[in-house]
Amino acid sequence: MPELERHSFDVLVIGAGGAGLRAAIEAREHGLRTAVLCKSLFGKAHTVMAEGGIAAAMGNANESDNWQVHFRDTMRGGKFLNNWRMAELHAQEAPQRVWELETYGALFDRTKDGRISQRNFGGHEYPRLAHVGDRTGLELIRTLQQKIVSLQQEDFKEFDDYDARLRVFQEFTVTDLVKDGDKIAGAFGYWRESGRFVLFEAPAVILATGGIGKSFKVTSNSWEYTGDGHALAMRAGASLINMEFIQFHPTGMVWPPSVKGILVTESVRGDGGVLRNSDGKRFMFDYIPEVFKDKYADNEEEADRWYTDQANNRRPPELLPRDEVARAINSEVKAGRGSPHGGVFLDVSTRLPAEEIRRRLPSMHHQFKELADVDITAQPMEVGPTCHYVMGGVEVDPDTGSSSVPGLFAAGEVSGGMHGSNRLGGNSLSDLLVFGRRAGAGAAEYVRAMAGRPVVAEDIVTEARATALKPFQQEGGENPYTLHMELQQSMNDLVGIIRKAGEMQEALQRLEKLKERAQALTVEGHQQFNPGWHLALDLRNMLLVSECVAKAALLRTESRGGHTRDDHPSMDADWRRKLLVCKADGDGAEVTEKAQIPIRHDLLDLFDRSELEKYLTAEELA
Amino acid sequence: MSYQGKFRVWRGDDSGGGLEDFTVEVNEGEVVLDIIHRLQATQTPDLAVRWNCKAGKCGSCSAEINGRPRLLCMTRMSIFEESETITVTPMRTFPIIRDLVTDVSFNYTKAREVPSFAPPKDLAPGEYRMQQVDVERSQEFRKCIECFLCQNTCHVVRDHEENKEAFSGPRFLMRVAELEMHPLDTADRVDQAQDEHGLGLCNITKCCSEVCPEHIHITDNALIPMKERVADRKYDPIVWLGNKLFKRS
Repeated sequence: MPELERHSFDVLVIGAGGAGLRAAIEAREHGLRTAVLCKSLFGKAHTVMAEGGIAAAMGNANESDNWQVHFRDTMRGGKFLNNWRMAELHAQEAPQRVWELETYGALFDRTKDGRISQRNFGGHEYPRLAHVGDRTGLELIRTLQQKIVSLQQEDFKEFDDYDARLRVFQEFTVTDLVKDGDKIAGAFGYWRESGRFVLFEAPAVILATGGIGKSFKVTSNSWEYTGDGHALAMRAGASLINMEFIQFHPTGMVWPPSVKGILVTESVRGDGGVLRNSDGKRFMFDYIPEVFKDKYADNEEEADRWYTDQANNRRPPELLPRDEVARAINSEVKAGRGSPHGGVFLDVSTRLPAEEIRRRLPSMHHQFKELADVDITAQPMEVGPTCHYVMGGVEVDPDTGSSSVPGLFAAGEVSGGMHGSNRLGGNSLSDLLVFGRRAGAGAAEYVRAMAGRPVVAEDIVTEARATALKPFQQEGGENPYTLHMELQQSMNDLVGIIRKAGEMQEALQRLEKLKERAQALTVEGHQQFNPGWHLALDLRNMLLVSECVAKAALLRTESRGGHTRDDHPSMDADWRRKLLVCKADGDGAEVTEKAQIPIRHDLLDLFDRSELEKYLTAEELA
Repeated sequence: MSYQGKFRVWRGDDSGGGLEDFTVEVNEGEVVLDIIHRLQATQTPDLAVRWNCKAGKCGSCSAEINGRPRLLCMTRMSIFEESETITVTPMRTFPIIRDLVTDVSFNYTKAREVPSFAPPKDLAPGEYRMQQVDVERSQEFRKCIECFLCQNTCHVVRDHEENKEAFSGPRFLMRVAELEMHPLDTADRVDQAQDEHGLGLCNITKCCSEVCPEHIHITDNALIPMKERVADRKYDPIVWLGNKLFKRS
């Protein structure tokens, strides 16, 4: 057995997207030796795919905007299931986090008076999204990456070593967290390049691994999104909440087949794009739910006036929260009014001059032209729902990002609660920054207050190594790609955008069988950069997380946000008071109910009573 | 709609390797990366390739297709004849790790050598004011997805290992230009570009711009303007004389 590579740090950050990088910056600025471990190359994380912008109530485009309005929008978007404290911190701190990016070198689009421009987005009352064309995620990741380099340059000056206090381990995958008693003691994993194993000893671990979309067939997510952090947390004893809530983004590409699911930014609609069915009808007017009737226009004239006069008109229904739009598209297609390739039409070509479209939506223009031969300045796009985001994740303390396991923290998509049952567009990038920073600070505080450092027992390492190597030692088993495709098909068909009890029960049976088959997988080749092996290890995480999704979705007998039950179509105020909590149970998941934390009174007072009556029980309103 | 395509894919590692022939199904609308994935799923589960977003946004799947540096995810199969044999090889300028995956650490080393954004000391967060027209120049360069195809193509380092030490490559010379043109950056980067990053080695053949999947005008908008600034500073006879007389340099 080759000697194990070992490293020791104060804080380990797993994941190098927006949340991970912001957390690492914070931990390093608190003076702690910090490592970032990422599955891909540094700067390639899924955050680059974010297009529209960062929601922050800076009030640059409309002075009436402030954190209270943003808080209200966020709670409405999540159908009041959100952790209110997270929604509060998020709305309050997002502007500071955006301004801070400018000091790192970010270059946002500007208003005429030179401030950061803000654009409209679904569910946001005012133009609120700081943006750079439609490549805001790239700007965010590059800015944070360059800030990390800048901190490394400072360390180089001081210690003659770029990596002295902040080191990035790229193309590195964590397979298990290690503990000392009940506390986190580090992480175990492998270099993708060589397949060699490494043990990181660290008293604090921040999970920032993003989402779980690769368990679904049609998804906007990349291969990395295999629910690693969700599964690592569960296996380490932490709990997940809200796993039944999955966001299907209403507009993914539907053709050609090989790009099915790739995201089409909501900015297309924010900037004036409209949705039409095969009859040419703007169908969203037929899908405005009761709770939003007073905020959305019920006719085209008013909707069109809104783009220039927001004070005196209601918003176009194309800008309803994502869950509403995704369901509406699904219904239109089912009713036979879809586009040739099974979507609906999203048209911006008749709404804005070609030059303006190229300026505001350059990467959409590029993407459609190169991948689908469609010129969006002259033709409509064909779009349909795609699995985009998981609202559920590690249950954390809102202020510090700490999980129930001492030393384990989580931020960004892998954490749960902030977005309730449905996330608003633009609230993801701001979430990464606000809670990435808080988790970094939380971990730093934890490490400082700690009495002695945890120790990793050797037998844990031996076991982690054996688990990771198992697929090589079995012969005659199945190929991991086959299992992955079956998992994706099952989740898509049976636990997708519209759910039924019988189908979810079937999904759970299939998952049981897949779990058994996954035990006997065979991987060919050797450990050096072997994607088959990587997938075999990721599958373990996808199966565990999928089980959480299916079990929680089966239990929640109502429809709310990113969870739509065909057999329980309405929202139920009693269910708003309950969270479903997933914990590891043997090699599976166990889901239990837990009471939701009641919303603080001064925050409730920000809403009209008539609105609260739509969501809260009579008992809560009394 | 579907046909059996002929592919030659380079397989091997740092100790050597060669092209291997494959026949694999191709469907309407697919890109080369789809075919590589189909090979993994059906014939060669351990074929190494880097990829992430599959939408031309992350810059991970850079390789050479029929000798031309491209993103695998943005190269549609429809640009080739059905009868054509398509050759996929790793980027040539960087050391091989395995199959289509190369060691691109050269780029991360060069990134660290460019001094970071130097923010104005008198402005607090939230006080930055810049005009759209002024940020647009640097914004074009910030579209860069760091696929490193320009670095791979640039003849200064392609087949010239000896130049790697002195030359940062188009991507990072463009980064210097981006910071130099940032309306609020306070550092002076002109001498650095020439002395530390090897701007003088670039002889503006525009190969980098040609392969850029983001269609950034690297040469015209970044490298040439930087060269002009260097020329103004270093080679303008009046400036040169002034520097000598007043010992500025």
